[in-house]
Amino acid sequence: MARLLMFARSWSVKVPPEALRILEGRATPLRGSDIDTDRIIPARYLKVIRFDGLGEFAFYDERFDTQGNPRAHPLNEKRYRGSTFLVVERNFGSGSSREHAPQALMRFGFRGFIGISFAEIFQGNCLAMGLAAVTLSEKHIQVLLDNLEADPSIHLILNIASMQLQAGQERYQCEMPQSSQQSLVMGSWDSTGLLLANKPSIHQVAADLPYLNNFARK
Amino acid sequence: MKKNLLNKVWERHRVATLANGQDQLFIGLHLIHEVTSPQAFAMLHERELKVLYPQRTYATVDHIVPTADQERPFSDRLAEEMMQELERNTADYDIHFFNLKTDYQGIVHVIGPELGLTQPGMTIACGDSHTSTHGAFGAIAFGIGTSQIRDVLASQCLAISRPKVRRIEVGGRLQRGVYAKDIILRIIADLGVFGGIGYAYEYAGEAIEALTLEGRMTICNMSIEGGARVGYVNPDDSTMAYLKGRRFAPQGENWEQAEEYWRSVASDDKAHYDDHYQVDADSLEPMITWGITPGQAIAISQHTPQLSELDEATRATAERAYKHMHFEPGQKIVGKKIDVAFLGSCTNSRISDLREAAAIVKGHRVDSRVQAFVVPGSKQVARQAQREKLPQIFEDAGFQWRGAGCSMCLGMNPDKLQGAQLCASSSNRNFIGRQGSPTGRTLLMSPAMVAAAAIHGQVVDVREILERKGAA
Repeated sequence: MARLLMFARSWSVKVPPEALRILEGRATPLRGSDIDTDRIIPARYLKVIRFDGLGEFAFYDERFDTQGNPRAHPLNEKRYRGSTFLVVERNFGSGSSREHAPQALMRFGFRGFIGISFAEIFQGNCLAMGLAAVTLSEKHIQVLLDNLEADPSIHLILNIASMQLQAGQERYQCEMPQSSQQSLVMGSWDSTGLLLANKPSIHQVAADLPYLNNFARK
Repeated sequence: MKKNLLNKVWERHRVATLANGQDQLFIGLHLIHEVTSPQAFAMLHERELKVLYPQRTYATVDHIVPTADQERPFSDRLAEEMMQELERNTADYDIHFFNLKTDYQGIVHVIGPELGLTQPGMTIACGDSHTSTHGAFGAIAFGIGTSQIRDVLASQCLAISRPKVRRIEVGGRLQRGVYAKDIILRIIADLGVFGGIGYAYEYAGEAIEALTLEGRMTICNMSIEGGARVGYVNPDDSTMAYLKGRRFAPQGENWEQAEEYWRSVASDDKAHYDDHYQVDADSLEPMITWGITPGQAIAISQHTPQLSELDEATRATAERAYKHMHFEPGQKIVGKKIDVAFLGSCTNSRISDLREAAAIVKGHRVDSRVQAFVVPGSKQVARQAQREKLPQIFEDAGFQWRGAGCSMCLGMNPDKLQGAQLCASSSNRNFIGRQGSPTGRTLLMSPAMVAAAAIHGQVVDVREILERKGAA
């Protein structure tokens, strides 16, 4: 009973974020498949209780040698600085579920990821943060990577509602899970409030689960 | 309509369909640890939200704990800060915490099952990709990110889409010297590291049924390495036997009710699956990785692949792998000299793993060039090992016997590779930099293979060692 009273107390949920319909800007090409989240953010930088400062550690061991000297890496190239998009290949973000990976990339400046495919947890984390992770065919990704390497000034416009991507003169049809697209377009990617809105149903489902009562007979 | 376990459990836990088409899924058990939870609690605090079901979340500490000296405060200031944060959060929100000073601390995926918290027919979430481990009991368990931890704390629910189900049937019997680890490394090598995206893997068949729950955990644990966020085995007599008498398992009359529910969630005969795959256990050999993804694995008698044999989707990663590993196409991995041997991780740090390794080690010495560690998965595993006098066997051989934690699986604590050391490891990831050195190199294999490599100072086929032992 005491617990029920506690539930009944009011809670505040932040106003939903703005809808994300159009994302535009320049893009950084990053070649390589199976780029795992340990490479995106080495584990030693996970020893933090906030996400704030993670941007500078994105791809740290690929961007810097063991002495801390910069290495040749697209994220170190001046010509790609200020990019909105990161263009990647297959199975990007595999491995560890660490949200620190998309958090670091977002804090580095990226708002959208365009690739052949993404690891499931990474893609889910992107959505929860309001970042777009869309897929294109391998052929189109290769063209896009080639073009961006030749011309870093290409301006990209991603229309989330239509899944159309314009990259300079080229146009592509992208894909993303329909639920993710819906959430971005509706501005409802922050799911906490939506989940809490169904509180009576949550308690109903819980009441019907035998294990929540340690299987005591009703 | 015949149903598989995933669909049965999903339907019992589905709260609603959200506006974006995803399901709102109730999470029966939420496990947290020090690395991925602090930011979730901070978001909760910022929004003045409560934990809706504090009694359904359990915490432990594993990733950052030193395994050599576990005295507080930790010498690593950042690690100490994370410890204090978890202590504060669990106290503030009234969450049960198996802290270092308790008898039950350990790797989150080791303690859940051994305490009987993990049960069939549950939905389980944890901010760690190896949460799939718990599927060994017939639970639907997935790794989640920090924003989703916030969701589970606040609402005990996740917004998530139902995966498809691929049934992987492992027929036949494993040879001596071939283990659960070899089954899962074979499956990942066959289906690829992204083959499981969008799927849950149901592991079934004679060889899976013959495994202990610990072996099943090893297999489900690495589902995520094949891209599948969820992996599970249907509950059976072995599952019931494992759970009986565990601290959080139901007792007496409640046990009967529980068993009825648990058995009812198993997949129906002739249930529908979205895909099927078959593996033959009889012909399996010990497996070993040669690259930088868990899918880059070969049977111990094979040679590393020629780039021309690989399809386009995997060739570039293979090129990168050869460069990082200092290996070449067409080589055998047998005979490679190792620098470090690591026995531990949420994949292989349970008592059966330590027994198998100890049986190989007994009466031998670790090669003088090799640094060898045994890191039990939990304090309970350590205690059981002590009862069986396993630490003595390892220490007599020259292994270091450590305290429970994630240790050298991931380079977040003092246990790290140095430079380009080559490590024979019973863990789950051979990613570049994973074991704490950007140039470090990892060979994934079974615990018995790690033990054999430690003694010989190089990669060997454990079957030969076992044969010799058998003959002696």
